[in-house]
Amino acid sequence: MVQLREFLTNLFANYYEAAAMILFGIGFTSLLMHRNLVKKIIGFNFMDSAIYLFLAAKGYITGRLAPIITDGNTDPRLYVNPIPTGLVLTGIVVSVSVTAFSLALTCRLYDKYHTLDIDEITYLARKERD
Amino acid sequence: MTLFDGILLAFLLICAVSVSVTRNLLASVIIFMGFSLIMSVIWLTLEAPDLAITEAAVGAGVTGLLFFATLKKIHAIKAENGKPDSGAPEEDGNRDEK
Repeated sequence: MVQLREFLTNLFANYYEAAAMILFGIGFTSLLMHRNLVKKIIGFNFMDSAIYLFLAAKGYITGRLAPIITDGNTDPRLYVNPIPTGLVLTGIVVSVSVTAFSLALTCRLYDKYHTLDIDEITYLARKERD
Repeated sequence: MTLFDGILLAFLLICAVSVSVTRNLLASVIIFMGFSLIMSVIWLTLEAPDLAITEAAVGAGVTGLLFFATLKKIHAIKAENGKPDSGAPEEDGNRDEK
């Protein structure tokens, strides 16, 4: 009982991370369970966003400001950690490229098989091969 | 946990669930763009304004345009006069998960 309460307290204290993990679960579920390719790609984007949210929440320190020097004050204790932010910025751009690539592949699959259903595409491809 | 953060995170999760629930592809893409906008507000509350700018421009803008271009190409978006696009196989693009 005490352990459970402690667990819940920690979960509530790290609510950004908890929400990020729930979001990752939702994205992973829709990536696996949906048969429509576009829905799968959107689920993949949700997983991306969840990881970025997790990283940025880890770098955030409550009560501190964004690392932009305005009045010549260079004390690092005033600012949040900028490293996760920089990493996440790279990641967002990469995730857009991955999305564009997957959508291009989806277009090609639709041109060839005239459906977006992954089961049907697999079936047709297998039938074509045999 | 401020109330604002809680509302934003709850909205994020609601958006993510409703994308799975929606049957229309166009609606799910629009919900995904709304999700990106909420995400950019969250970046602002996390003191990362550069991420907020990038997410609003790239997540909601470029990704949304890419999705719309794909939906147009697979004829999931109908033309304005209610008829399907030229040479569209009628129900293929609109067929979602059943």
